Amino acid sequence: MIPELGHFALILALCLAIAQAFFPLAGAQLNKTRWMAVAKPAARGQFIFLLISFVCLTTSFIQNDFSVIYVAKNSNSLLPIQYQISAVWGSHEGSLLLWALILGIWTLAVTLFSRHLPQAMVARVLGVMGLISIGFMLFMLFTSNPFDRLLPAAAEGRDLNPLLQDFGLIIHPPMLYMGYVGFSVAFSFAIAALLGGQLDSAWARWSRPWTTMAWCFLTVGIALGSWWAYYELGWGGWWFWDPVENASFMPWLIGTALMHSLAVTEKRGSFKSWTVMLAILAFSLSLLGTFLVRSGVVTSVHAFASDPTRGVFILAFLAVVIGGSLLLYAFKAGNIKSAGRFSLLSRETLLLTNNIILVVVCATVLLGTLYPLVLDAMGAGKISVGTPYFNFMFSILMLPLVFLLALGPLSRWKKQSLSGLFDSVKILFAVSILSGIASYFILGTISWPVAMVIALFTWIVGSSFLNLYKRVQNKPDKLAALSTVSLSFYGMFFAHIGVAVFMMGVTFTSHYSEEKDIRMKPGDTLDLAGYSFQFKGAKEVMGPNYRAQEGTIVISQGNQELTTLKPQKRLYLVQRSPMTEAAIDPSLSRDLFIAMGEPLGKGEWSIRIQYKPLIRWIWLGTLIMAFGGLLALSDKRYRTKRKNSETQVNPA
Amino acid sequence: MTPKRKRRLMMIILILVGVGTATALALTAFNKNMMFFYSPSQVVAGEAPQNRSFRVGGMVKEKSLSRDKDGITARFVVHDNAKDVTIIYTGILPDLFREGQGIVAQGKLGSDGVFVASEVLAKHDENYMPPEVAAAMKPKGIDKNTKGQ
Repeated sequence: MIPELGHFALILALCLAIAQAFFPLAGAQLNKTRWMAVAKPAARGQFIFLLISFVCLTTSFIQNDFSVIYVAKNSNSLLPIQYQISAVWGSHEGSLLLWALILGIWTLAVTLFSRHLPQAMVARVLGVMGLISIGFMLFMLFTSNPFDRLLPAAAEGRDLNPLLQDFGLIIHPPMLYMGYVGFSVAFSFAIAALLGGQLDSAWARWSRPWTTMAWCFLTVGIALGSWWAYYELGWGGWWFWDPVENASFMPWLIGTALMHSLAVTEKRGSFKSWTVMLAILAFSLSLLGTFLVRSGVVTSVHAFASDPTRGVFILAFLAVVIGGSLLLYAFKAGNIKSAGRFSLLSRETLLLTNNIILVVVCATVLLGTLYPLVLDAMGAGKISVGTPYFNFMFSILMLPLVFLLALGPLSRWKKQSLSGLFDSVKILFAVSILSGIASYFILGTISWPVAMVIALFTWIVGSSFLNLYKRVQNKPDKLAALSTVSLSFYGMFFAHIGVAVFMMGVTFTSHYSEEKDIRMKPGDTLDLAGYSFQFKGAKEVMGPNYRAQEGTIVISQGNQELTTLKPQKRLYLVQRSPMTEAAIDPSLSRDLFIAMGEPLGKGEWSIRIQYKPLIRWIWLGTLIMAFGGLLALSDKRYRTKRKNSETQVNPA
Repeated sequence: MTPKRKRRLMMIILILVGVGTATALALTAFNKNMMFFYSPSQVVAGEAPQNRSFRVGGMVKEKSLSRDKDGITARFVVHDNAKDVTIIYTGILPDLFREGQGIVAQGKLGSDGVFVASEVLAKHDENYMPPEVAAAMKPKGIDKNTKGQ
């Protein structure tokens, strides 16, 4: 009964989505107020039915209703309750329902926070979101219904993939989807503006907080995925340039460009058509990401035997959304008039450079991700693109970006004199170079990339503080004046420092990590990076739904015992699949990472031991970036009611 | 030229030069790091390059896995129902590495015909066969059951 209820609720949600798309869009075009008024109630109703549908599926999981195919495939009565709930989005059908629900949440949010927007604008935005929702629900109902029954019912479920039985995986997909789907709001605003011909700074100001919010979620989602891969896949890597990772990273890159270009559009009225283009691209890449993950075309850790036939539907959907919006863009973009001239050296130019670099990075990632697929589809051979390609391209392109990142916020809009800019940063520049050189003496080894990154770290952090100081230097009480600086400034301040922290983490981890795969018998000791690791042997332990061999390794430094780690080699009983559960001793300065390999007889094991300096900085940096985003969107100018659409003079 | 046009031209030239350099770099790096996939039959036939990384994939032959004395270096044979390639790998094999399972290895071919792998990929799903491996498997009367598992 409950699954049928869920299925029915999904169908009702689809009907409401159709109403939400048709009446407001037609109403806005024909100027019929009553039709436009359908938008909000339809959107809210759609959300409620999606929620009911989602709750029904969750209930089926909790009740172990193995007469539902999806539940039987992805759950088990022995599965701990938190994983029974997260199993709802553990596979294809359920994760689509989560996608639809999250789109519902964003739509609901738009209905709640759009009171000060013109009715036609709201109607169009909600209408476009309704169209997207229709696509996803049709996809679900026709090709991937999570409520399909299994008759006769299975006695027991096949269990959730052991890799997904983890805390990180409970929150990683919802966060990532909040980001992906969040870009649909910026996308809908852009389409609505194209349809209505109203592309002004007011439009940019409405889009900005939504874009920033989606970007924050995506940032956290990607960081969580990376963190999960680090400790759960068992090998201590944190990023693999896996097609699915790339799929989440590309919208992030474009989303980052979009945030910056929206700033220019809001403040200066320039970059309008470019901004619209980026909004379309960001969401298109989110859809492409969904396609890559869910169609089974890529070989990746995420491709759990998915069904390629579904790919055709997604591909068609993708073609309609991207093709349709680009077509609309082609027709309407000619009418867009960008105001605001700027000279060769100005904040506009620097932000434009930022945008170009981010788009080029995204293009190189896209090339490396899609080229093998295209080649394969044409039958021209099977290739894969090695990690060095991505690492090389990414670092070479990011260097100028992070260098200019310090200069952008210090430059003026419209026109910046070169000598003025030089004067304000010359000391900082010298200090940065010195810090790079000093690192040589402190670290004791010469390594150009590391020295350069340390210099850049000083450069970014220094310029952020310099900029903050400039904002209060003329105030009588400088400390008190700090509280008068706008939140959006602090947002930028933290986000940029986050970039610097992230960069340090990546560089140190990749340059100074030490790693050893070694055979150990009980009592053996390995010395690595100044620590000694003593293997005490392994014994069997039982978990709720697995059996494990648990090793004991005592770590000491000098004569002092630091900690004892207990990595496991698990065997999940239902799927009979082995899993490496690494043990980690984390700290801000370094992680010690131990994973059990295989038993080699006589109590001996192959064991992987790793020393990873500053690896926490990678995720810390991304969290600081997301925190910056959160500050920026809390800025009060987004919350106050707008009476007119005049450009604000607050700093970006 | 008016100053405005001059400025625009400057801007466009800068963008073109930047993007052009990036494209050139990308394509060079791309070419260097592009890895082709070969089936064991192709490797045996000498179609695979000698001094360049590539990927080879197939089923791990039953009872072919052995370890060197250090306990860390593994040797095994992959086959595509027609030809065999011996692979040597130093390090911990993935969780789902098993005899009879489809795997993909990445590395270089030694002059002795042994493939030295720098990475071995086995999928985290027992029913999942890497598509490259599925395509590489040669249909063969006796081994039909193992094909496309």
